[in-house]
Amino acid sequence: MTTAITILFFGVAYGMILYLISVGLSVTMGLMGFVNLAHGVFAMLGGYVTVTLMNRLGVPFLPSLAAGCVLVAALGFVLERTLYRHLYGRSELDQVLFSFGLILVSVAIVRIAWGPLAQPIQLPDYLKGQVTILHLTLPAYRVALVGFATAVISGLWFVFDRTLFGARIRAAVDNRAMAQSIGINTSRLFAGTFGLGTGLAALGGGLGADVLAISPTYPLDYIVYFLIVVAVGGLGDIRGPFVAALAIGLADTACHYVVPQAGSIFIFAFVFIVLIWRPNGIMRRR
Amino acid sequence: MATVSASPIVRSLTSSVIVRVLKLLPWVAVAALPLALPGYEPLATQVFVMILFALSLDLLVGYAGIVTLGHAGLFGMGAYTASILSVHGITDPIVTALCGMMLAAVTGLAFGVAMLRTKGLTLLMLTMASAFLLYEIANKATGLTGGEDGLQGVSFTPLLGLFAFDFRGRTAFFYSLAALFLVFTFVQVLINSPFGWSLRGIRENDARMAAIGCPIMRRRIIIYVIASALAGLAGALQAQTTQFVALHSLSFELSGNILIMLILGGSGRLYGAFVGVPSFMLAQDQLAKQDPANWFLGLGLILIAMVMLAPGGIIGIAERIVHAIKARRRP
Amino acid sequence: MSFTKKIGSRLLRQGLVAAALTMAALAPAKAETIKVGVILTYSGRDAALGEQIDRAINLFSKLHASELPPGVKIELVKRDDTGVNPSLAKRLAQELVLRDHVQILTGGQWTPNAMAIAALTKEAKVPFVTMTAGGSTVTQQSPYVVRTGWTLWQTSYPLGEWAAKQGWKTAYTVVSDFAPGYDGEAAFTKSFTEGGGKIVGSVRIPLATTDYLPYFQKVKDTNPDVVYVFNPGGPQATAFMKAFDDIGITKSKIKLIGPLDITSDEELPNMGRSALGVVTLGQYSPAATRKANADFIAAWKKEYGANSVPTYFAVAGWDGMQAIYDAINAQKGNAQKGIIDPDAMMKFLRGWSDPNSPRGPIKIDQQGDLVQNLYLRRVEEKDGHLANIEFATIGPIGDPWKVFNKK
Repeated sequence: MTTAITILFFGVAYGMILYLISVGLSVTMGLMGFVNLAHGVFAMLGGYVTVTLMNRLGVPFLPSLAAGCVLVAALGFVLERTLYRHLYGRSELDQVLFSFGLILVSVAIVRIAWGPLAQPIQLPDYLKGQVTILHLTLPAYRVALVGFATAVISGLWFVFDRTLFGARIRAAVDNRAMAQSIGINTSRLFAGTFGLGTGLAALGGGLGADVLAISPTYPLDYIVYFLIVVAVGGLGDIRGPFVAALAIGLADTACHYVVPQAGSIFIFAFVFIVLIWRPNGIMRRR
Repeated sequence: MATVSASPIVRSLTSSVIVRVLKLLPWVAVAALPLALPGYEPLATQVFVMILFALSLDLLVGYAGIVTLGHAGLFGMGAYTASILSVHGITDPIVTALCGMMLAAVTGLAFGVAMLRTKGLTLLMLTMASAFLLYEIANKATGLTGGEDGLQGVSFTPLLGLFAFDFRGRTAFFYSLAALFLVFTFVQVLINSPFGWSLRGIRENDARMAAIGCPIMRRRIIIYVIASALAGLAGALQAQTTQFVALHSLSFELSGNILIMLILGGSGRLYGAFVGVPSFMLAQDQLAKQDPANWFLGLGLILIAMVMLAPGGIIGIAERIVHAIKARRRP
Repeated sequence: MSFTKKIGSRLLRQGLVAAALTMAALAPAKAETIKVGVILTYSGRDAALGEQIDRAINLFSKLHASELPPGVKIELVKRDDTGVNPSLAKRLAQELVLRDHVQILTGGQWTPNAMAIAALTKEAKVPFVTMTAGGSTVTQQSPYVVRTGWTLWQTSYPLGEWAAKQGWKTAYTVVSDFAPGYDGEAAFTKSFTEGGGKIVGSVRIPLATTDYLPYFQKVKDTNPDVVYVFNPGGPQATAFMKAFDDIGITKSKIKLIGPLDITSDEELPNMGRSALGVVTLGQYSPAATRKANADFIAAWKKEYGANSVPTYFAVAGWDGMQAIYDAINAQKGNAQKGIIDPDAMMKFLRGWSDPNSPRGPIKIDQQGDLVQNLYLRRVEEKDGHLANIEFATIGPIGDPWKVFNKK
C-alpha cells in the first residue's frame, strides 16, 4: 500500500513538472495558433539559469528559480516581439521549420556556453535525503517540488479565472476577431502571454531539473512529452493539460515500476488511442 | 535560337530527344563517380539512400500537404525488416528490400487510417507519436532488434547472384543508384498523373475538392501508403548497404533531419531532394567534424533565415534568380 | 516546369554533387608516416569519457615520440562517433580505411560501435586495438581485433563470487540497457548463484532515462542483501548514486556493489558522501600506490593541471598506445617504409605484455583480451576527498566468458 502511494506521489510530481512546462505552450498555441516546437528551449534555459546560479554563485534555491523564471520570461517577451509575431499567419510547415531552427540555435549556444554534459544540481542540504510524512518516507526534493508546484498552479488558475488579464486571454482564445473588436490590444496580450508561458516553462525546467535532466539536447529529448500534454489536454485550455499531464506522469511512472520491460510503449500507445478518440483533446469544449 | 523558322514538328521531336539524352546525362556522370573519386562510394551511397527517402517525404509534404515529423518510423520499419529477415536466413537483397517496402506500406496504412482523419497540431503530434511508438518497441524488443546496440550479423547474398556487397561499397553504390533512378521515374509519373494533380488540389483547398466529388480521405491514405513504401525501401537499402541497423533509423532526429534536407532544397519540386540532401550531408560531413555545436548553430540560423526570407529552399532561390534574369532580358 | 528550368535544375544538381565531392581533398600519405585512425566520442553526453582517452593518447604520443623507429612518424586521424552510434562508427571506419588510408584503427569506446568496426576489419584486414569497449564478443568478431581495456565479465564475475562469500543471500541486479549491461548482469548472476546466492529481481534501465526513482523504489521494496549495479560511468554514475540516495538505499542495510564504472573517479566529488562504502571491482584506481602509476599521475597532472584526474578510461587509452607503439617497433623495417603488415602485427599483439602499466602488469592473450589484475576497492575518505581504495587483489585473469564459451 505504501508503495502504491509512493509511486502515486512520484507520478504526481512528474506530472506537475510536465504541466508547468506545457501549460504555457497550450495557451500560446491556442491564442496565437502558432506551432511552437521550441517551447522546450525556454524550460531548458530556466533550468540552466537556476542550476548555474545555485552551483556557481551559491544563490539559494528559490531565488535561483525566480531569477530563471524572470530572465526567461523577458527573453520570451523579446522573442515574441521580434521574431514570432512575423510568422503568425504562415503555414504550419513554416512554423515547424522556424521553431526547429530555433531549437538548433539554442542547443548550439547552450552547448558552447555550458558544455555538452548534463548539469548536476547541488541541492541545498535541506532538500537532500528523505523526509517522513504520515508514515511515508519520501525524497525531500520531490516533496518540495509538489508543494511549490501546487502553489504556482493555484496562483495560475487564480490569474486565469479571476483577473482581467486572464479574462482577456480567455476571450482572445475563444474568438480573436471579436476580442479585438471590443478593444482588447491583442498584440500586447500575445507578448504578455508568451512571456508568462515561457516564464512558467522556465520555472518547470528549473524545478524539474531532477526529473528531466538539464542538458543541451533537452528541447529535442522532451518536446514530444510537452506536445502530448498539449494535444491530449487541448489547446488554449489550462485545466485540460493539467489532467493530461497528471495522467501521463502517473501512467509513465507506474509503467516503469510495474512493467519496466515495456518502457514507454504504453504512453505512446495510450496517447494515440486518446487522440484518435478525441482529436481536440480530452476536455470537451462548449 | 531560330525558333520561328523551324517547323513545329521537327522542333518538338528534336527537343524531346535532346531532353531525353540530357536527362540521362547527370545519371551517367554520377555513375562514373567511382572512377573519378574512389573511396567516396560509401558516402555517395548514403546520399542516394537519403535522396530516395527525401523524395518519399516530398510526396507528403510538397504535394499532399501532409507535414510529418515521424517519417523515420517508416524508414526504420524497412531497415529493420530487411535486417531481421537476413539474420533469420532470408538474405536475398531484392527479396528483403521488397519485404521492407511491404511492411512499411502496411505500417503506413495502419497509422495513416487512424491519423489522417485529424489535422493541424493533432496530426503533427500523432506522426511524432507513431514514430516514437515504433522506436520504443524496437528499443525494448532487444532479442529481435538488438535494442540500443543495433543488430549484428546482418549480411546479404550477392545481388542477382553476381555482385557481392564488399566493404569497398561499389556494389552498394550502383545498387542504390539504380533504385533511386527507378523510384525517381515512378514518382515523376505519379506526380504528373491525374492522381498527382488531385493531390495538389487537396493540399490547396480540400473543401473545394470534396465539393467536386474527390474522395479526399482515400487519396490521402493512398499517397501516405506509397510514401511509406518508398521510405521503407530507402530504409531497407540503407540496412543492405551498411550491413547494419540501429535505433537511429527510427529516431526523431532522423525525421527532423530529412525534413530539413528536403526543405533546404525546396519541397514540391522533386528536384529539391537532389539538391538539399547532398548539400546538407556534405556540409554536415565537413563542418560537424570540427565542432558539432557550430554545425547546429549554422543549420539553425539557415533554417530561420530561410523561413523568414526565402521559402522554397535553394531551388526556390535559383528559380527566382532565373526569373529575375529573364525579366531583365525582356524589355 | 519549362525546358530551360528543367535543364537548369538538372545541371545544378549534377554540378553541386560533383563540386561537393571534389571539395574534400585527399592528402597523399608520406612514405614514413603510419596513419592511425582514432574513433572516439568527442561530442554529446559522453564526451567527457572520450576526452579522457583522447588526453591519454595525446600525452603518450608527446612523451614517447622518440621511441619510434628512426624516420617513422605516427599521424593520428581522429573521428567523432558522437556516442553509441554503431552505423556512424562503421561508416567512419570505412572512410578512414578507404579515404584516409589508415593502417591501424583504435578507439572503439563503446561495445556497439566497436562491434561494428570490428566486423569491418575482417574484410579490410586492418588491425584494431579497441580501448574501452567492454563486451566479451568484440574480440571474436574478427582475427584483427585486440583490446586493452577490460570486459564486463572480468569486472563482474569475480564480484559475484566475492559477494556470495560475504554471506549475502539475495541480490538484485540493476544495469543499463545495452550490451555491457547484459554481460555484467549475466556474469554476476552466474557466479553469485553458483556461490549459493539467489537473484530476487533484475531490471534494465534504458540509457535515455533521467528519472530512476520508480525503478529504484522497486529495488528498495524487494529488500535484497546486495544490489549489483552497472552503468556506463561518467555523469550517469552520479545520477544513479543520487537516486539511490534519494530513495534511501544508501543509508539502508542494502549493500551497493558493481564494476568500477559506478564509482568513476572523476565523478566521486559530485557523488559526495552518498558513495561512501560502495565496493567495486576494477582494474585501476588513481589512488593505487605502485610506481608506474605514480609516474603516470605525475606526468598527467603536469600536462593537464593538478586538479585533473586520469581514470581507467585514460589508462586503457594509454596502454593501447603502448601496444601500438611496441607493435610498430617490432616491425621496424616495414614501418620505415611506411607499411604495416597486419598479420604480423596481430601475431605480435596476441602475446604482447607490459609489466609497467599504471594498472599493474598486463598482457594480451590469444583471444585478444587483456589479462590483468582486478582489485576490490571501497570508497573511503582520504586526505579530505573521496577515493577508491584498493583492499584486495584478484587475478591476473583474462575474460571469464571465453572460458565458459570455448569455441
